Amino acid sequence: MLIEAGHFALALALGLSVVQLVVPLWGTRTDDSVLIGVAGPAALAVFTCILFSFSVLTFAYATSDFSVLNVVMNSHSTKPFIYKISGVWGNHEGSMLLWVLILALFGAVVALARDALPDRLRANTLAVQGGITVAFLLFLLATSNPFARVDPAPFEGQDLNPVLQDPGLAIHPPLLYIGYVGFSITFAFAMAALIDGRIDAVWARAVRPWTLAAWAFLTLGIAMGSYWAYYELGWGGWWFWDPVENASLMPWIAGTALVHSTVVMEKRDALKVWTILLAILTFSLSLLGTFLVRSGVLTSVHAFAVDPARGVFILGILVVFIGGSLGLFAWRAPLLRQGGLFAPVSREGALVVNNLFLATGCATIFTGTLYPLALEALTGAKISVGAPFFNTVFLPIIVPVLLLVPFGQMMAWKRGDFLGVAQRLAAAIGLSLLAVVGLLAVTRGGPVAAPLGIGLGLFLILGAFQEIVSRAFASGTSLGVGLKRAAGLPRSTWGTVLAHAGAGLTVIGIAASAWSTETIVSMRPGDRQAVGGYTAELLSVTPRTGPNYREDVIRFRIMDGTRDLGELDTMKRLYVTRNMPTTEAGIMTRGVSQIYISAGEEANGTVGIRLFYKPLILLIWLGAVVMAAGGAMSLTDRRFRVGAPAVAKRRRPEPQGQMASVPAPAE
Amino acid sequence: MGSLPRIGLALLLLATPLASAHAVQPDEILRDPAMERRARDISSGLRCLVCQNQSIDDSDAPLAKDLRVLVRERLTSGDSDAQVRDFLVQRYGEFVLLKPPFSLHTVWLWLTPLAVFGAGALGLALTLRRRRTPAVAALTPDEQARLDALLRESGRA
Repeated sequence: MLIEAGHFALALALGLSVVQLVVPLWGTRTDDSVLIGVAGPAALAVFTCILFSFSVLTFAYATSDFSVLNVVMNSHSTKPFIYKISGVWGNHEGSMLLWVLILALFGAVVALARDALPDRLRANTLAVQGGITVAFLLFLLATSNPFARVDPAPFEGQDLNPVLQDPGLAIHPPLLYIGYVGFSITFAFAMAALIDGRIDAVWARAVRPWTLAAWAFLTLGIAMGSYWAYYELGWGGWWFWDPVENASLMPWIAGTALVHSTVVMEKRDALKVWTILLAILTFSLSLLGTFLVRSGVLTSVHAFAVDPARGVFILGILVVFIGGSLGLFAWRAPLLRQGGLFAPVSREGALVVNNLFLATGCATIFTGTLYPLALEALTGAKISVGAPFFNTVFLPIIVPVLLLVPFGQMMAWKRGDFLGVAQRLAAAIGLSLLAVVGLLAVTRGGPVAAPLGIGLGLFLILGAFQEIVSRAFASGTSLGVGLKRAAGLPRSTWGTVLAHAGAGLTVIGIAASAWSTETIVSMRPGDRQAVGGYTAELLSVTPRTGPNYREDVIRFRIMDGTRDLGELDTMKRLYVTRNMPTTEAGIMTRGVSQIYISAGEEANGTVGIRLFYKPLILLIWLGAVVMAAGGAMSLTDRRFRVGAPAVAKRRRPEPQGQMASVPAPAE
Repeated sequence: MGSLPRIGLALLLLATPLASAHAVQPDEILRDPAMERRARDISSGLRCLVCQNQSIDDSDAPLAKDLRVLVRERLTSGDSDAQVRDFLVQRYGEFVLLKPPFSLHTVWLWLTPLAVFGAGALGLALTLRRRRTPAVAALTPDEQARLDALLRESGRA
């Protein structure tokens, strides 16, 4: 009964989101404030229904209700409880339900941000958001019903794919989706602006926090996924240029460009048309990613043709939304008044260059991911585009833009002075070059890429903080005054500094991976093997039984010279229900470097062992966390600050008629 | 695809590559470290033909193992890196290369970055020029006449 209620709530949500789409649009066309006022409550009602529906599915998983097909296919009564919960979104239907839940969540938060937005803008935005919800609810109900029953109900489920039984799955998809789907709001804002033919600094300021929040979550989500792949897959890689990864990287790059272009729009009233286009493209790329992963087109064009129902549906959604929005853009964009002019050498000029490079990077990944599909569909020729291609092509695009980051950050608005900026960055440039030369000298004969990359990362970090130094510590300022001034700088300045420094950390982590070592050996208990500057001794191989798997635990002792650093376990697991083996890498963290050991085949008493030493590897993900923290810091800037959503706070007169800001979307 | 099924479909956009565990086994490794490094280098650029987007160096599929061994055999028998690659392309087609060579049907793949960057830069340059020109453009005769009239008026006043 409850299951049917959950199913019904989804259908109800569909009906309500049609209301959310149609009524407010009608209202803004006819200037009817009553109809406009429907937008908010409708969005809240849709969210409530979908939340209920999601809770029902979660409940079915928690109680192992094997009369529900989805639970049978993806759960097992002996599965640990946390994976019963996270298993809700560890499958197609459930993950699509999470997708629409977050979509509706964003709508609800916009609905609650009463004081923050002009009524018309909010109504149009929610209407567009409602339209997206309609499409995806239809998709769920028509092709991917998570509430389908089985009769008779089996006694046991088929368990979740073992690779997904990991805390990573509990956190990674929600983070990724909040980022991914969060860009739908930016898209909806862009559509609303086009529908009304009005776009100004107020719009830019209203959109910016949403974009920042979505971007920060996407950053965390991608980093989390990368770390998960790193420790779960057992061969020490952390980025594979897999189409699935590319699908999340493309919106991230476009979103990064968008975060920067909205700054220009807010401060200088320029780049309007481009910003709108970018908002459309960013969300289109999110949709494209959904299509790529959901339709099966990635396996091959033929797999897509065999079971086309879902793929064709999403392709339809894709065509309607991307085509529709671009059509609207082509029709209405000429109405948008072009903003102020600007000099090429200026902060806004630098941001435009940033956008040019990022757009190129995004287009490169786009063609790299889709070219094989297109070629096969058109000519039947099969080619592969993999990591070696992307590494070759992407590097020359991303390095120049990273080199320019500190310059752009120091550049003045309107009219910059390149030489002056270079002068102020002299210390950062000098120190970074010194580091490169020093590292090259120390590691003579080693890979050249590592010192160069570390120099670049260092330049990013030092350059980022140089802005604080030059703004707070003018010559002659005492330390106390300087610190006070630094603390008083706008949060958005600190946010920029953190985000750029975080990028620097990531670059250092990536560069240092050129120094990582890998050894593949057969070992038996008692054997020792050098790994980095350490020694690993294989102590024992013992079988063990877990809740829903059996495993061999291979225990090592790690020593630094004669000093005992402790033990490290690496596991070879067999998940019984699906008869599927996995490896659980053993990892020991020393500072930000890691010793990483995984086990392979066993044969007559010996085990195939892979030992990695990965210097500075953690910086890759720590950098991403710092970047996201920078985004969060910017969100707390006074410009965007709001109290709690309107319920808690009565309407207050706005200070100097200034727009209050939009709350950060709920975490 | 190794021993794990594709999970790309099972999950929406989780940045998760496929399959797990072990590729290169200890018994495959060549004695000569320089040659082994070449072998690893070549294998990381060759596609495991039965996998999704995995190099034979990363894959634990039996076919990948056969190919790794084959690469090492060719190297020990004295082939150059290019000869090994050519041999595999001859056998399995261009599909085996993870970095497709520049040719007529990959021209857009390789030129997209340049084309997009070039088009963007050109568009930008044109916009800048177009925008700057009206800012300094002379008044139209009509405007000039009105301005003159206004000036004359104010001069008289």
